Amino acid sequence: MTTALTTSPDAPGAGRPDGDTAVRISHVHKTFGRPGTAAPVLEDINLTVAPGEFVTLLGASGCGKSTLLNLVAGLDKPTSGTIEVPGGRPALMFQDHALFPWLTAGRNIELALRLAGVPKEERRPEAERLLELVRLKGSYRKRVHELSGGMRQRVALARSLAQGSQVLLMDEPFAALDAITRDVLHDEITRIWAEKQLAVLFVTHNVREAVRLAQRVVLLSSRPGRVAKEWRIDLPQPRRIESAGVADLSIEITEELRGEIRRHVQH
Amino acid sequence: MSSTDTAATPLAKDGSADSASVEAGLDALETVQAQRTPLSVVLRQKVLPPVLGVVLVLVVWQIAYSLELTTPDKLPSPADVWHSLTELWYAGTLFSIIWTSVWRGLSGFVLSVVIGTPIGLLVARIKPVRAALGPVLSGLQSLPSVAWVPAAIIWLGITNSAMYAVILLGAVPSIANGLISGIDQVPPIYLRAGQTLGATGLRGARHILLPAALPGYLAGLKQGWAFSWRSLMAAELIAASPDLGLGLGRYLENQREFSNMSGVLLGILLILFVGVAIDLLFFSPLERHVLRSRGLLVNSR
Repeated sequence: MTTALTTSPDAPGAGRPDGDTAVRISHVHKTFGRPGTAAPVLEDINLTVAPGEFVTLLGASGCGKSTLLNLVAGLDKPTSGTIEVPGGRPALMFQDHALFPWLTAGRNIELALRLAGVPKEERRPEAERLLELVRLKGSYRKRVHELSGGMRQRVALARSLAQGSQVLLMDEPFAALDAITRDVLHDEITRIWAEKQLAVLFVTHNVREAVRLAQRVVLLSSRPGRVAKEWRIDLPQPRRIESAGVADLSIEITEELRGEIRRHVQH
Repeated sequence: MSSTDTAATPLAKDGSADSASVEAGLDALETVQAQRTPLSVVLRQKVLPPVLGVVLVLVVWQIAYSLELTTPDKLPSPADVWHSLTELWYAGTLFSIIWTSVWRGLSGFVLSVVIGTPIGLLVARIKPVRAALGPVLSGLQSLPSVAWVPAAIIWLGITNSAMYAVILLGAVPSIANGLISGIDQVPPIYLRAGQTLGATGLRGARHILLPAALPGYLAGLKQGWAFSWRSLMAAELIAASPDLGLGLGRYLENQREFSNMSGVLLGILLILFVGVAIDLLFFSPLERHVLRSRGLLVNSR
């Protein structure tokens, strides 16, 4: 597996965690409950994400993709194996926006800045800048319940970016949105990913979404979750989810995914 | 890629002007403008019905009096009770009676908050403490605090301290329980989100857990006030001593000793009035503000 992609790893920029690795997952196993009694959820996962790389983790339910993301986020510990995130605690976005309803949109972002150690006087302007980045200028004082689903996810994205991490983990962040909003947010995350040169690890069960967004698609098998196959996607960004290139590759990947699911018929 | 952090890359610029306008359109379409109900509607829907309710009670009362269902010394007219009120007013003692009880009730309540809040936090967050104290707190909450009055008098004598003890025993469990249920109901997603943002330990409690638990906590405070007030009135009724001064409960008991029924009714009404007034002036607006700002208050058109 080579790591050289569209970004040039020979010129590590400021704030980059490491020359060539944003996330390194080595021989990770995860079992819930007592080892030996319960079936493993993840088995020998090996995966490296380069700085600035966009990787989607694709799999049917039960493949442990969210579990893997939680492990990378540090919310849970692997049963064995190691996970390295050289740049420190990565940012994590959930399917549910998880914005705090007792704070305004702007204050949600400021709390993240505060917890990241940004000095008080810089927080307000930085929050405004981040809101502008997700095209929500003027929503600083909005309460969470006053925002639409798409707007909430954009505030959540801005809050994640406020952590200042170069690694962004996304756990099916657009799954609960309608198709039109989702399309727009795909453009948005592609734009911000390129602009901020983030390493993104994006979990989804939507094959087209995976192909639309990623430079690399990683297919996980189910029960136990293992890396089944990988595809490198060289289509130019921004892509359209309806385009022929995306569709062709989606058909190929869907076939593999279905094959993985069919293996479970006998069990 | 030669871009800096803020400048858009050529790659991003292409399709994004188009999608930006779609996005702005969606935002406009999907944003619901929250409207405040006009004052006239609030008056008609929220203020008028309870006023009518009170008027109805007064009318029924007056009719019962006029029909002479019983003797006036058992059921005085509303006018008689009003007369007792104006008498107190002209005697200059009305406010001192109310203030004696309100001061005692509020300071006892504040003390209960100071004690009940850390207890609630400890019980909610530390498992062994919860196993040990949780059932005790729930049990205490269902024990009428008037049952503590004899004990408090034996321990502390007929003193202000006995009054405060009864208030604390009544209010602390409900305040602690309110905070516990508030914390139990915090959606786990907030705690996980807080954890990924780096809010763990005390920072997590301060920035995530406590604000998230605030609605349940406020409900507990509200109930705690009701319990404080009730306990205090029970204690004042039972414990008589010149040292304690004349509060509402004592006023009520004095009127009974004089067999002055309009004074008794006035005492009951004043106790009711103070309890409700403090709730309406203080706790209800606070609770409404918190719920509204979180979008938890269903706007009744």
